[in-house]
Amino acid sequence: MSTEIIQEARRQVEICNACRYCEGYCQVFPAITRERAFADGDITQLANLCHNCRGCYYACQYAPPHEFGINLPAALAEVRADSWERLSWPGGLARTFQQSGVALAAALTVGFAVIFATMQALRPEDGEGFYAYMSHTLMVAIFAPAFLLPLAAIAISLRDYWREIGGEFPRWSHLVDAVKAAGRMRNLDGGQGQGCNFEQEDRFSNKRRAYHQMVLYGFLLAFASTSTGTILHYGFGMEAPYGLFSLPKLFGVPGGILMCIGTVGLAHLKVRADKSLGAARVWGGEMGFIALLFFVSLSGLVLYAATGTAWVPTLLALHLGSVLAFFLLMPYSKMVHGFYRFAALVRDAQLKA
Amino acid sequence: MSQTNAAALQGPWDIIVVGGGNAALCAAITATEQGKRVLILESAPKHMRGGNSRHTRNFRCMHHGPLSVLIDSYEEDEYFDDLMRVTDGKTDENLARMTIRESEACLPWMEAHGVRFQPSLSGTLSLSRTNAFFLGGGKALVNAYYATAEDLGIGIFYDAEVTHVNIEGSRFTHVDVTIDGQSHRVEGRAVVLASGGFQADLEWLTRAWGPSAANFLIRGTPYNRGVVLKDMLDQDAQTVGDPTQCHAVAIDGRAPKFDGGIATRLDCVPFSVVVNRDGDRFYDEGEDVWPKRYAIWGRLVAAQPDQVGYSIIDSKSINLFMPSVFPPVVADTLEELAEKLGIDGAKLKATVEAFNAACRPGDFHPTELDGLATEGIEPQKTNWARPIDTPPYYGYSLRPGVTFTYLGLKVSETAQVSGPDGPLENVWAAGEIMAGSILGQGYLAGFGMTIGTVFGRIAGREAAAHVN
Repeated sequence: MSTEIIQEARRQVEICNACRYCEGYCQVFPAITRERAFADGDITQLANLCHNCRGCYYACQYAPPHEFGINLPAALAEVRADSWERLSWPGGLARTFQQSGVALAAALTVGFAVIFATMQALRPEDGEGFYAYMSHTLMVAIFAPAFLLPLAAIAISLRDYWREIGGEFPRWSHLVDAVKAAGRMRNLDGGQGQGCNFEQEDRFSNKRRAYHQMVLYGFLLAFASTSTGTILHYGFGMEAPYGLFSLPKLFGVPGGILMCIGTVGLAHLKVRADKSLGAARVWGGEMGFIALLFFVSLSGLVLYAATGTAWVPTLLALHLGSVLAFFLLMPYSKMVHGFYRFAALVRDAQLKA
Repeated sequence: MSQTNAAALQGPWDIIVVGGGNAALCAAITATEQGKRVLILESAPKHMRGGNSRHTRNFRCMHHGPLSVLIDSYEEDEYFDDLMRVTDGKTDENLARMTIRESEACLPWMEAHGVRFQPSLSGTLSLSRTNAFFLGGGKALVNAYYATAEDLGIGIFYDAEVTHVNIEGSRFTHVDVTIDGQSHRVEGRAVVLASGGFQADLEWLTRAWGPSAANFLIRGTPYNRGVVLKDMLDQDAQTVGDPTQCHAVAIDGRAPKFDGGIATRLDCVPFSVVVNRDGDRFYDEGEDVWPKRYAIWGRLVAAQPDQVGYSIIDSKSINLFMPSVFPPVVADTLEELAEKLGIDGAKLKATVEAFNAACRPGDFHPTELDGLATEGIEPQKTNWARPIDTPPYYGYSLRPGVTFTYLGLKVSETAQVSGPDGPLENVWAAGEIMAGSILGQGYLAGFGMTIGTVFGRIAGREAAAHVN
């Protein structure tokens, strides 16, 4: 499987290298023109560098039904999805969750069940706010490993990726370049800020880029919320619940709102975009992942809004259950794309230099 | 076609634009912005729209000082000299200079109508002063113009082949157009003919070139069949350009019959020996830098038996030129390579050995005329003559690839078409269908898009003024 899709991507990349019309769209084409022959690792790197903006497809004089049959966004998407599955451990798990939204929903349900059951079985004697339903110690006992172990799994995968593409030890400047590219989502800007070709075919739009950055920055804010909460808890002995003007809430509420808007936006665009320009087999899993992120952020916001009501235990279980599912699925869901893309951007910064 | 569409087809229209490439779109957009109701009839289906424009990559543009992605200056006289050099003087100076002067105003207009430019592509730095490259190439330009046309409310019909342009006396009255197998008569107050040349009509090419045309490949769209051009010729419209000539370059012999576009070009010739079917060399492969010689090799190969050539290099040269779309045929010996290419092994070996014996020591410089020439062999190779002696050996087959035809409608400075008795009152032409009025022979990179844009805008403007 892997060999065939890499071979097909290589065939297309070689035709692109003889044409070069798309050089100005993104980082993929300048990376292609630096090479003449493409090893498997080169193709994997190009695939992870591609952000699926689709500019090249709609501009392509060789797109199907032309006999050259160039659909580079799809060819690279197939290689990309395959690389995440191939390099993950255990690989079968990644295949299941990448392909299937239903599997993601099942995982979510398991997450709920675990949290509900734990809350029932280990209800604390005392405690305030959320900790009246689940002790802080128990939360940490569940979520610390649920967060750190998947991260460790991703780190192992990234190390294998780095070996496969022949990466060198990154310098500070490479990281800065990658952060800038990701921070502005440069590879979805069409090269000149006009955006990408997604939901309205050959017309450019910045919607997908904007929604994606809402999710990205919303996620980082939510992460900052959790981190500051941890620091307040351990560093200053200040326990949740926190007021609206505390750091965890100042980060968390806007973060949650951004993620909600961003995920709804992305899902809406994804329904309208042409499936055949991506890895069609993982469409369901990608959509399921967007839905999961939406649920995580919405349940968090609702939980905050419901403070002091009888809904808190139920909402707490739903929120924590979805967060648990999200954490555990990080190495096996679309979530890994962020890690691989970043690595690919770092590698491209090295090759450019 | 549905009844709604059939009703929509009838407009009513002020201006009918026949064709759907760059020139047609420039004309339609210009006329619509003058407040006219415009219909575009494109013979290709939507995914193949845009004629040969979809294969183009840049626009040659005069400019005083830096303009958009173009650096320095490119003045009228230099541009005109460049043109005269490739056409060998076979050009209408008045029309050519007008086109060149108008090109400068075109570039901002193109940008204002959605076209995006990018700096010169890698490997084409020599063009960064003269040619503005389209971001994504010609199909992206075509897409941008169609989006603009849709937003302006221009009527657009695909798979709509105009079979007849009806002229009564000196006035156009209507076109006959076939859509979904049904012929419709569509009236308009003026017509712009922008439907390209006839290079995709192989029978016509064969009549013009003789039977060898059967072995030609057509680099561009299969939809440029010259139906409208022929219809106008049948009605004794005034023409220009040699009917027996077409512009052809040497491309990879494995390219598709149609639509291979840019990626099928081969840049290895200057570093190779080129032999024909019989294994004989037939021309100086190192005459000049490749961009200047690219065009003549189409004709050279067309004159060889079976219209085929074989460019042979060794491993010393494999990385000296732009990669091409098909991998080369590879072998460790010349005999084996010949066998894989389908030519006589002993003969190829003898030819290459004779060539190698004629090579002289000296400094090899792939990017400039290095004067490294053979001695005592016919034909001489005057630059880059290094022995072909380091396996593996690589071979590419070469075929003539037709870019465009020269025969076209003769137009005035205002893009107006003439009939047997003088100008037709409400008929204009733009793009490849009239490019012969300016390009008598040869080709200058990016000039086809210049002619299309300049004359498209003029035709649109004049047609709009006429129907006022």
